[in-house]
Amino acid sequence: MADLVSHPDEVRIVSKRFGKGAAEIEQYLKLDGYKAVQKALRMQPDEIINEVKTSNLRGRGGAGFPTGMKWAFVPKESAKPKYILVNGDESEPGTCKDRLILEHDPHAVIEGVMIAGLAVGAKVGYIYIRGEYRYLVDIMRKALDDAYAKGFLGKNIFGSGRQFDAYWHTGAGAYEVGEESALMESLEGKRGIPRIRPPFPAVVGLWGGPTVINNVESLASVPHILLMGGQKFADLGPPRNGGTRLFCLSGHVNKPGVYELPMGYPMKKLIYDVGGGIPNGRKLKAVVPGGSSTFLLNAEEAENINLDFDSFSKRGEFLGSGGVVVVDDQTCMVKFALRIMKFYQHESCGWCIPCREGTDWLKKTLTRFHNGGGLKKDIDNIKYLAQNMLGRTFCPLGDAAAIPTMSIVDKWRDEFEAHLEGKPCPFEPEAVITELPVLSH
Amino acid sequence: MADQKEVKNVSITVDGKQVTAPAGTLLIEACKTVGIEVPSFCYYPGLSLQAACRMCLVRIEKMPKLQTACTVPITDGMVVTTESDEVRQARKSMIELLLGNHPLDCPVCDAGGECELQDMTFKYGAAESRYMEGKLHKDEQQWSPVVYFDRPRCILCYRCVRVCGEGMDVWALGVQNRGSGSVIAPNRDDHLECEECGMCIDICPVGALTSGAYRYKTRPWEMNHIGTICTHCGDGCKTTLGVRRSDTGTDIVRGDNRDKSGINGDFLCIKGRYAFDYFDHPARLKQPLLRKNGQLVPVSWEEAVDHAGKRLREIRDSKGGQAIGVIGSNRTTNEENYLLQKFARTVLGTNNIDHHRTADFAGLARAIAGKENATATMRDVFTAPAILLIGNDPTEQHPLLAWNIRTNVRLNQAKLYLANANPIKLRRQATRFVQLAPGREGKLVSFLNGDDAAAGSLTNATVSNDVLKQFRDELRSQQNLIIIFGSELQGTDIAALVKFGAGLKAKFICLGDYANSRGAADMGVYPDLLPGYNAVASAVKFSEEWGPLPSAKGLSLTEMAQAARQGQLAALYLVGSNPIADYDFDPAAFRNTFIVAQELFLTETATLAEVVLPAASAYEKSGTFTNTCGDLQLLKKAGDITGVKTDFEIIVRVAERMGADIRKLVPFGGATRADMGQSRGAQSGEADRHAVWLAANGMEPRMSPFDPMAILDEIQRLVPGYEGSRLNLLAGNEQHVTAAEHSAAGPGDGLVQIVPSNDTLFTSGTLGRYSNTLNSVIENHRANPVDQEVMAD
Amino acid sequence: MAISEKLDAFFSEKMKEYPTSRSFLVPMLLYSQDEIGYVSDEVIAHLAKKTGLTELEVRNVISYYSMLRTKPAGRYNVQVCTNISCQLRGADELFAHCKKKLGIGHKQTTPDGMFSLEEVECIGACSWAPAVQVNYDFHENLTPQKMDAVLENCRKKAKQ
Ligand SMILES: Cc1cc2nc3c(=O)[nH]c(=O)nc-3n(C[C@H](O)[C@H](O)[C@H](O)COP(=O)(O)O)c2cc1C
Ligand code: SF4
Ligand code: SF4
Ligand code: SF4
Ligand code: SF4
Ligand code: FES
Ligand code: FES
Repeated sequence: MADLVSHPDEVRIVSKRFGKGAAEIEQYLKLDGYKAVQKALRMQPDEIINEVKTSNLRGRGGAGFPTGMKWAFVPKESAKPKYILVNGDESEPGTCKDRLILEHDPHAVIEGVMIAGLAVGAKVGYIYIRGEYRYLVDIMRKALDDAYAKGFLGKNIFGSGRQFDAYWHTGAGAYEVGEESALMESLEGKRGIPRIRPPFPAVVGLWGGPTVINNVESLASVPHILLMGGQKFADLGPPRNGGTRLFCLSGHVNKPGVYELPMGYPMKKLIYDVGGGIPNGRKLKAVVPGGSSTFLLNAEEAENINLDFDSFSKRGEFLGSGGVVVVDDQTCMVKFALRIMKFYQHESCGWCIPCREGTDWLKKTLTRFHNGGGLKKDIDNIKYLAQNMLGRTFCPLGDAAAIPTMSIVDKWRDEFEAHLEGKPCPFEPEAVITELPVLSH
Repeated sequence: MADQKEVKNVSITVDGKQVTAPAGTLLIEACKTVGIEVPSFCYYPGLSLQAACRMCLVRIEKMPKLQTACTVPITDGMVVTTESDEVRQARKSMIELLLGNHPLDCPVCDAGGECELQDMTFKYGAAESRYMEGKLHKDEQQWSPVVYFDRPRCILCYRCVRVCGEGMDVWALGVQNRGSGSVIAPNRDDHLECEECGMCIDICPVGALTSGAYRYKTRPWEMNHIGTICTHCGDGCKTTLGVRRSDTGTDIVRGDNRDKSGINGDFLCIKGRYAFDYFDHPARLKQPLLRKNGQLVPVSWEEAVDHAGKRLREIRDSKGGQAIGVIGSNRTTNEENYLLQKFARTVLGTNNIDHHRTADFAGLARAIAGKENATATMRDVFTAPAILLIGNDPTEQHPLLAWNIRTNVRLNQAKLYLANANPIKLRRQATRFVQLAPGREGKLVSFLNGDDAAAGSLTNATVSNDVLKQFRDELRSQQNLIIIFGSELQGTDIAALVKFGAGLKAKFICLGDYANSRGAADMGVYPDLLPGYNAVASAVKFSEEWGPLPSAKGLSLTEMAQAARQGQLAALYLVGSNPIADYDFDPAAFRNTFIVAQELFLTETATLAEVVLPAASAYEKSGTFTNTCGDLQLLKKAGDITGVKTDFEIIVRVAERMGADIRKLVPFGGATRADMGQSRGAQSGEADRHAVWLAANGMEPRMSPFDPMAILDEIQRLVPGYEGSRLNLLAGNEQHVTAAEHSAAGPGDGLVQIVPSNDTLFTSGTLGRYSNTLNSVIENHRANPVDQEVMAD
Repeated sequence: MAISEKLDAFFSEKMKEYPTSRSFLVPMLLYSQDEIGYVSDEVIAHLAKKTGLTELEVRNVISYYSMLRTKPAGRYNVQVCTNISCQLRGADELFAHCKKKLGIGHKQTTPDGMFSLEEVECIGACSWAPAVQVNYDFHENLTPQKMDAVLENCRKKAKQ
């Protein structure tokens, strides 16, 4: 459905079957489908895990945790059943890549789940897809049915005598259930309130059993890793950042789209070469590097950083989810900060005080500010509130709300000052916005 | 218990102090052991962990972020800082964030002065508001006759949700919406259908949940707080009554559980919390009544007592004591019960004394006579590894017992074995549940004792032979079992049950219905038993002390009614009992009986009386109660109603008018040479210490024949099993008494005559009918019938 | 309103894939809503029974998820994403256009019951912004003119 794009710098691994009808199982089989899982069936669990470790695959959900290491945390022996849980809740603003995988290559996800199951000794996998992606749920349902019909799933997978079941599941509108522990709650039929950790899901997860939770893209990469070899995958990126990644380019660029590029690809090239630069002759002001939960970069920072986890963590910042949002110089950063905060206020699960109250307060203050009712002390107060949320909330959503806000206040403080005390927004001079659309739940 | 692995101790350092505690102890609890109080809102001991309020954030070395002390189990060598600028700032900011949307209406809030948010605001100085946005506003809602909710004050600590669900097993509260729209919601859209226990109100750290009974009545600091015992069911919860002076005496404005030291810990049911309100019901009798020309008319105390005393004396002297009957109460104190039977036997000269028996305590006493440690305390139920419950429905009839069982199962994985004719709610906590046909409880006991033939009458669609055998086998393997039974088991069945328990070191609890029914039994309000279950035929110890006593067994309550019908009961002396309602007797039978009634209200029985003497309720007097387990506790006077007298005083006054020697009836003034205060210092502080010392040494000046403590002295002297530390009792602690174990009742006559009250959570015999709270709750539940399934599952 | 037997049978089948009976609750609520337009009291009672939960608990779950509603909405629920990627490419103007065109605001329904309008968070179409979902169908790279065509199409479909 969504348009596909291409660029010569792309290295097509996860996206290699995009646009090739691979949602149909026969076509998928023609394109090397289900070869990796059959290979995995012949491997020892440790061998699979080692291959994934070697690949330097790091979680594509945003946190970048090494996938092989995560799998290795699962205890070998467990009284309770183990599970694989695919995180297809994709709701991070700016991120739209899992959608393409689920649309164009659903069997790769199924295959990835199966391999993860073989690696950790789980016999059941659940594929959780956000509620809004109904057409992808339908595609996945069909893919699962087809795989069962062929005997790829079920009691005796590929005639190996081993069992693996994979099921689809869907959400109903909640960003927070993308957070892994809230995701488990949601799958168990509950409100998406995160769980206390430790224990971590790898030890105590779904229904108390050890559970591996991985992003769609992470798992869709796994069959390729097994087929091409972990080392080859690792070599595509810089050290400790293996393989390629789907970058979702959006905002003020000429050629937005989802591009598969090697890890460590320069941000500058992504914006100007791959994305074709900023439209209307405007200049770059800011970049959201990986979904709205990351520290924003100013133009200079953006033009000098590479897209891998370590380049960001060196600065104490985050690469994030692959959602690169480009912002031009005619954009009001106060309005931008407000829109981000409205999102977190709307999506906060409300469990803990700092996030529930902090996002609400910040949204109200930013709304007033952008409407021209800002006071000088508000600027510091915004920073103060965000700082007091950071690191103190129950789950990372609170941090995610604080991070972009803090970086916007820090880097574009002058824009806040330009709004003070009844001054209209400098970027919307004729439109003193009196009524902002307010999302109420 | 599930597994009793050795838990090893670990040492940690908190703010430079060494703390040693078992591994796995939550950091917040470990801190408490050295007096470090980490602030918390959402943490509540015994309820599930939330990590929601973030008030308890502390710095733990080697951890990147501040950690919640309420969720982190301690590990060896942990180094913790609970007081630093960083930690204080984190706490302060939480308060600031909370106050952002808080209405700040503390001056009119019920919790003002006892609010944890207020306390913390004060402590962390977050009162200066950075907040300039509009606040969420919502009107207060009434959710039930007793529960009100003020949303803006709620800090979403989820304590109420958990105590209702995990603690009460009612699950009537939930969280609706998400984010800043999150709100605590009742189970029926805009109202609650629940057990109305008020636990949610009690546990709320702020004034978001408030009680219908107390709302806006007063401010906490305008009250005095009196710790006493609930006057309703037989469980004996300690309650704290908030009292305030009024024009007509002293008002009780609030009942709660602020002093969690009682046998009920956190718990109170609706009755303990709200149903004290009968005490100032408009129908309360406040003046003696005397029948003149067929009408009860108000008269002076002098006239009423004089009339009663003279008539009783005439009847005794002309027809003999056997023409007089006495019916005692399940709700008067031990001292009053003891005094009443002593009055009956020594002044009226009759053994015709009985009370409304709701459980066969005498049967238990006969069965365990001579055994040590045969009865369990209420606290034991909280910790026992296994419990067998036969009959009764504690959720309705013994709410505290039910709470203790539930909590024990939840926190300690205790095993609950349940046999009942109904699928009672506690089956949800049961390890095994056997549903019996009604009336087969005795058969089950036979089966437990090895009579396999009894199985035939026990099996049904859900209970097979195997199920029964498994039930028995598992019970047989239990050590330290507590066996609890209701009125379904009596006489020989109890004896058989005790035999079964003998090999298992089992302890027993017999469930009787009212606040002091156990006390009435222990104090000998029986026609055949003297205090301490001593048979009237062999009452040497008592006759030595009291003088000659009638030695033939007297008439039981139903026999008295029979005698009245036959014109052989010339007089009936009633104290706090309503047999016309409880036994459905024909009022006409008492046409020719001279009736004196000590009562709170003009009950069905009191209307038949010639003399009605307005009595003080148990909230308006001192003394002791013995709960159904045998836990003796001190009752303290809280309320005061002008015009009434305690049953104790009334009995003494009537006896005096009958010409009795009051000094023999109540040993006051004599035994101890009272210190009249000569040794007191000038300051009141010293005077208080002096009083405490006197009390502790049993030397309070018993200057009045109306001092129940004078009788308690005698009880403790004459009733084995009632001795014990007076100081402990005065300090508000319970003492387990063992009168039943020391019984010398001799064989029973098979006439057990148990009539259970069948009270529910919302009823409490005659008294309950005068509680506006209970009535409004019953009304409300009639209007919105409770969905059985949802209540039950 | 209650759900069809067919849907209920489908739920019963799916529930077997989980170790606890409440696990499939969220999808059941969403699919029930899809069938009858909202989660009715009847559906709540039915699913509570089916999963062994109290109705309160089911309501608590419903109120957490933003797609679930307990009141009917329009036949076509127009969900305009105004989150950052879309906002940068004209989503606010698009939403304003929809409001004007339909004469309704956020979470409102046209009097004829044809359209509901909602401002929503990121729907995973950021690279094709601005984007709108009408019920479950994505419409991307929109302009006010293209939006008009989308709405017109809905009206046409409704007539068939
Ligand atoms: C608020 C929040 C939302 C998240 N949403 C998603 C999501 O939609 N998809 C996803 O894969 N991970 C999401 N995550 C990250 C997950 O918690 C988790 O780290 C991830 O699914 C692990 O998979 P990976 O290691 O393969 O990346 C989210 C995290 C947070 C805190
Ligand atoms: S930070 Fe707190 S309120 Fe926010 S989503 Fe996480 S748990 Fe919920
Ligand atoms: S009064 Fe008791 S039963 Fe009712 S909601 Fe509160 S805690 Fe639950
Ligand atoms: S009502 Fe009281 S107990 Fe319940 S969540 Fe709110 S503050 Fe906590
Ligand atoms: S359980 Fe019994 S003693 Fe306790 S408060 Fe309720 S009625 Fe009173
Ligand atoms: S007390 Fe620890 S988070 Fe609330
Ligand atoms: S921001 Fe609109 S679809 Fe992602």
